[in-house]
Amino acid sequence: MNLNNMLLMRHELILTTVILILIIADIFTADKNKKSVNYIALGLFALHTVIGFIPLKTGTLFGGMFVTDPMVYGFKNILNTGVLLIILLAISWVNKKGLQNNKVGEFYILMFSSLLGMFFLISSRNFLMLYLSLELSTLPVTALAAYDIFNRKSSEAGIKLILSAAFSSGIFLFGISLLYAAGGSLYFSELEGHIGHSYLSIAGLIMFFAGLAFKISLVPFHFWTADVYEGAPTPVSNYLSVISKAAAVFILMISLFVTLKELKDIWIPVLYGISVLTMFTGNLFALRQKNLKRFLAFSSVAQAGFIMMGMLSADHLAASSVLYFISIYIFSNIGAFGVVQLVALAAGGKENIDDYNGLYRTNPMLSLVLMISLFSLAGIPPIAGFFGKFFLYTSAASKGFYVLVFIAVVNVTISLYYYLLVVRAAFLRKSENPIPYFKSDIFARIGLIIVVIALFLLGLYSPFYDYIDSVTKILNI
Amino acid sequence: MIFGVSIYEILTVSTIIFFIGIYGFVTRKNLIAMLMSVELILNAGALNFVVINKYLFPDALGGVIFSLFIIAVAAAETALALAIIINLYRLIMSLKTDDLETMKF
Repeated sequence: MNLNNMLLMRHELILTTVILILIIADIFTADKNKKSVNYIALGLFALHTVIGFIPLKTGTLFGGMFVTDPMVYGFKNILNTGVLLIILLAISWVNKKGLQNNKVGEFYILMFSSLLGMFFLISSRNFLMLYLSLELSTLPVTALAAYDIFNRKSSEAGIKLILSAAFSSGIFLFGISLLYAAGGSLYFSELEGHIGHSYLSIAGLIMFFAGLAFKISLVPFHFWTADVYEGAPTPVSNYLSVISKAAAVFILMISLFVTLKELKDIWIPVLYGISVLTMFTGNLFALRQKNLKRFLAFSSVAQAGFIMMGMLSADHLAASSVLYFISIYIFSNIGAFGVVQLVALAAGGKENIDDYNGLYRTNPMLSLVLMISLFSLAGIPPIAGFFGKFFLYTSAASKGFYVLVFIAVVNVTISLYYYLLVVRAAFLRKSENPIPYFKSDIFARIGLIIVVIALFLLGLYSPFYDYIDSVTKILNI
Repeated sequence: MIFGVSIYEILTVSTIIFFIGIYGFVTRKNLIAMLMSVELILNAGALNFVVINKYLFPDALGGVIFSLFIIAVAAAETALALAIIINLYRLIMSLKTDDLETMKF
């Protein structure tokens, strides 16, 4: 292994360097200047994001444990952009919560460590690597969920997240051990075609799937989602709902499509049932939520159901439509969570839908961003979310799952109702004491502007889809 | 390999440990007991890896090394969970899951 080979993991190396520099900077900054750690973190991460766009070679490292190809590093760039937006939106929040007890650097270090885990997760082609990177991506997030240590809800979210994550990774491990028994290897490339079709491998597949389904919060395994999203600090919920979910979907797709394709006749009906259940449960529970963070949690559960619907056809079209949908979903959800976070920060923790009555009269720009993000989540035509959903339908219909597409359309109608409830509160309802006008800091405004531009561009700018479609050709399906 | 003990017996033991862990996780009302149940599940997985490696594929060491990593990660997980539990205990003076619950459907 020489430097040329090591450069295949350039994203990981640079991010590790960023983490180390941040630790040192956090130590050597005087207490009264802690605010500058924010800007160091933001600058370094922006640099890392920009460098990430330089193309990389295709190749493997560590005897095939780690792989880099255009699909993997393209997806890493999407995750980078998402985290950059989350940081831009989070700076004012971190300053308020972390500055007085000297925890500013901690937030960024933990978030970047978790992102490092995600990078290894989507690059891993070995079950040991997969397990370690899954833990590396989960453990820092649980610490982040309990970041607000004087807040009871935050600690509650932390303990719920760590217990359910540990439980799910235990089931995941047991599943991997069964797959190991069936296939005789831990490498994806050696397992491919050698797993066979026995009760052993089916049990392994189901347990492996259950472990990852916890991370994506598919329905029988979604109970932690709403509680953790509500209790955790909003930037952390934002991170959990987009970045962590996206990475888990990616690796689930790779392992199902490539490694476990022998068991296709088992996992396609499983995915079908789970997709229907997830869409209905997510949407019906979202209808009765009063708290906006819980509401967005259930809406993200429902979106996971749509993603599973797109994965059903198990071909290139499925891979590209899922990746396309995820990259749009990242922007729409960050926009929605970002507005919730800014309003809660400025108005002292107001998170209920009724608190948003009359928001348009006092904060017109913010409510427009909220509307665009929610419309994108619901899938209303000129905005990118519609095109994402459209490709998912195409993918499912291409293999003849017409009933499922019909169920999905019914679900979109339900979801449109509850997304519009929020928009109605902000735009049409009047309130005696609406949330007063406030001005967010420059970073949050830049972040929201990028989100809005991306939501309009990604759908209409077709080379983006062509790019994703071209990189998924690498998959050996 | 243990003389006179086949793979079926050991796998039966590890499966029993796994399901004891799941039963404990679902029924216990104490956070520490839940954590112990999770440890049981992880250890069942580790045991499985070692046994499968030794009995079925003895010419490579993948499973044994995996079990070492499982032990290390389980320790990290426990440390983090205990830290959060201690913080929670400072706030609510209890480890019962019933007292913990403020957020519900």
